[in-house]
Amino acid sequence: MNLTLKIWRQKNASDKGKMVDYKVNDISPDMSFLEMLDVLNEQLVYKGESPVAFDHDCREGICGMCSLYINGEAHGPDRGVTTCQLHMRMFKDGDTITIEPFRATAFPVIKDLVVDRTAFDRIQHAGGFVSVNTSGNTIDANAIPVNKHDADDAFSAATCIGCGACVATCKNSSAMLFVGAKVSQYALLPQGKVEATDRVLNMVKQMDEEGFGNCTNTGACEVECPKGISLENIARMNTEYLKASLKG
Amino acid sequence: MALDSKIPKGPIADKWTNYKNKINLVNPANKRNIDVIVVGTGLAGGSAAATLAELGYNVKAFCFQDSPRRAHSIAAQGGINAAKNYQGDGDSTYRLFYDTVKGGDYRSREANVYRLAEVSANIIDQCVAQGVPFAREYGGLLDNRSFGGVLVSRTFYAAGQTGQQLLLGAYSAMNRQIGRGKIKMYNRHEMLDVVIVDGKARGIITRNLITGEIERHSAHAVVLGTGGYGNVFFLSTNAMGSNVTAAWKAHKRGSYFANPCFTQIHPTCIPVSGDHQSKLTLMSESLRNDGRIWVPKNIEDVKAIREGRLKPTEIAEENRDYYLERRYPAFGNLVPRDVASRAAKERCDAGYGVNATGEAVYLDFASAIERYGKEQATVRHLDVNDKALVKKLGQEVVKNKYGNLFQMYEKIVDQDPYNTPMMIYPAVHYTMGGLWVDYNLMTTVPGLYAIGEANFSDHGANRLGASALMQGLADGYFVLPYTIGDYLSDDIRTGPISTDSKEFEEAEKNVRDLLNRLLNNKGKHSVDYFHKKLGKIMWNKVGMARNVKGLTEAIQEIKALRAEFWKEVMVPGTNEEFNEELAKATRVADYLELGELFAKDALHREESCGGHFREDAVEESGEQKGEAKRDDENFAYVAAWEYKGEPSDAVLHKEQLEFKDIELKQRSYK
Repeated sequence: MNLTLKIWRQKNASDKGKMVDYKVNDISPDMSFLEMLDVLNEQLVYKGESPVAFDHDCREGICGMCSLYINGEAHGPDRGVTTCQLHMRMFKDGDTITIEPFRATAFPVIKDLVVDRTAFDRIQHAGGFVSVNTSGNTIDANAIPVNKHDADDAFSAATCIGCGACVATCKNSSAMLFVGAKVSQYALLPQGKVEATDRVLNMVKQMDEEGFGNCTNTGACEVECPKGISLENIARMNTEYLKASLKG
Repeated sequence: MALDSKIPKGPIADKWTNYKNKINLVNPANKRNIDVIVVGTGLAGGSAAATLAELGYNVKAFCFQDSPRRAHSIAAQGGINAAKNYQGDGDSTYRLFYDTVKGGDYRSREANVYRLAEVSANIIDQCVAQGVPFAREYGGLLDNRSFGGVLVSRTFYAAGQTGQQLLLGAYSAMNRQIGRGKIKMYNRHEMLDVVIVDGKARGIITRNLITGEIERHSAHAVVLGTGGYGNVFFLSTNAMGSNVTAAWKAHKRGSYFANPCFTQIHPTCIPVSGDHQSKLTLMSESLRNDGRIWVPKNIEDVKAIREGRLKPTEIAEENRDYYLERRYPAFGNLVPRDVASRAAKERCDAGYGVNATGEAVYLDFASAIERYGKEQATVRHLDVNDKALVKKLGQEVVKNKYGNLFQMYEKIVDQDPYNTPMMIYPAVHYTMGGLWVDYNLMTTVPGLYAIGEANFSDHGANRLGASALMQGLADGYFVLPYTIGDYLSDDIRTGPISTDSKEFEEAEKNVRDLLNRLLNNKGKHSVDYFHKKLGKIMWNKVGMARNVKGLTEAIQEIKALRAEFWKEVMVPGTNEEFNEELAKATRVADYLELGELFAKDALHREESCGGHFREDAVEESGEQKGEAKRDDENFAYVAAWEYKGEPSDAVLHKEQLEFKDIELKQRSYK
């Protein structure tokens, strides 16, 4: 396949940035999207130009490092995948593909397509944990049985990879799906219930301070989430938040 | 220097307890005056950083990713072993210890492995307490599955994302300490040298990957949890950024590098599809619980498949060769990884590979789908003879168990594994070799520790499935926090370590010189050009089957490639920016040295053991004909290499392995 790429180039955080056109030829439909960008970057290196910076690491859809807004969609046109799992067979010969970074006030651009998502880390520092020290003499793992459905729901929430597609997709740049998933995981498990009140209040407070927007229930985040994190998690967080606020 | 493994005296079951009772401790008030650097935030580094901070030390943690949560432990799929014996199927600390030593082909240190088995149960307790959502049964208790090389069910799991859930657990423990200010976290930082002051590791030099700033960081001890070096093969299941640089810099500063040739080639990965490929994807070993591995019996069928005239589902049962079940009736499809990989290679080399390149075998779920489907039909009082219904019900069960893996496969290969068998082939996955450490997990440099995959200690010549997660967390949560205290108890009056010394200056200059040299080289070829060439040499001559001729050639070729790299590598841009090509160049420069030592180690070890298979060391007759032939008389030792400049000058030190609690015998899975 031969393709035209329109890519956001921005030297650093203070640069204004602009879209630049590139051509790539002989792209195999079996390549992943990032392998296609590898081809472009190899071309640029040999031409003595600066390669396009993009985040990536595991290339199997689990580390959450890759991002990219492709043709107006977080992680591109396929569903239930990250950009590294997107394959070129989703595109046609002759296509023009637009590639931009994830955009949100809370995710400033570092360079080209690389953004700073440490706001997510800071939300987790505020309460994304159970306060249990490592001692080697906590209770036996089977001492507290957990209802299988609750355990499965907690697991589903916990599969969030923290990529930020939900924020990039949301017209308000809301992080409710991300925070809701973490709050839900702990709210569903007996081990997380002890600190539930402080956790939800502190995490939501930090989320607001980071400059993420509000949720207006469009559901776009759920559609674009590569891991299929459900909107139920936002509802559960709202319930937890209300309970916590009433408790004061 | 003679290697002292510092194994405590006494019976093996008492060693760890006795050791803990007798070591020096640091009192809580003094811990506040002690700094520890932890490099890497995977299961080993993350759990160590969190635990050390809980104990009261000041921790500085470093990772090259944009968040500690993205370390490559996150990609581990199948599970984590622990000797809980929840299934009542005869498991015990001793049995886990025995399985691990045997699985490692008797090339690991007994005392370390026993300790690993001993603390394994605590890991599960700790993770559950943290809120890690392991898979559970309907009664609410934890579920288990089986992995290769064992006869019990001791693997705890969270669908096919166990590594992710455990890493997020360690990350959450870190977050709590970052929030309290006890861990200072440095994301997007790469360690480029370790600083030795008066013979002790006292700090590191890092490069900020966003700004290019070269920074000095000091501490009373340095811990490396920086993972393995599988990317020396270019193509592996490792993440793109996984690298040997931190461990290699430690090696160059005096840490011995042990058994570099012990590499795990995992049997079930998605085959290579073309030259564009940047990495390989694993299909979890847990699939071998239900998948059966086969190739056609008749070479005509192989041809027809390759030419697209025949589908695998059209080949009758009697015309299939389930070669693992045929060769290893006791363990069948669940033989250890090295055995399964070699068996796949043997069939493909004989011409039975089932894809265009001839390098793939089938992993088939049809029998499992039928078995589960019939079970479901029986439970629900439906017609067990309705084939379509049984298939549908069976597919649902398989989807529940392995759904995410099947989806990954379908996205990459564009085939539906529910209806046609998967094609798989071995790929580089894990490195058992690594920095030599004593019982305390300290390298040969005082105050410099290596944990998790970065060290060599527990897996011998072959790691069993679901044991990497166990070792990473054992080291980080339960072993290092004790052993490092014994060392640091001498440092309570030392006070802060200054970065204003000639040692830090020299190390910083060393790093700046390296970066300037790469940037000013202005050669003809990209970094990837060299990395791919190195990978080809490694795979073809230092891969699944090794011989004297190939290894000798590999050593010469890597040496020549290294010289070409330094003459012709081209790195665009400057240091003072986000420059991925520069970061890659520093890593590949180290791989080009490690690769040669790796081949040298493989050449010197004239035996076959675990993942190291020498074509000149094979059983020639009897029941074990064709199997790997170990040589305990001459090679029952750890090969620890001391850096002396060129890899060819590296000096070999031997740690003789003693087997007092397990009898040395041939590993049989028949």
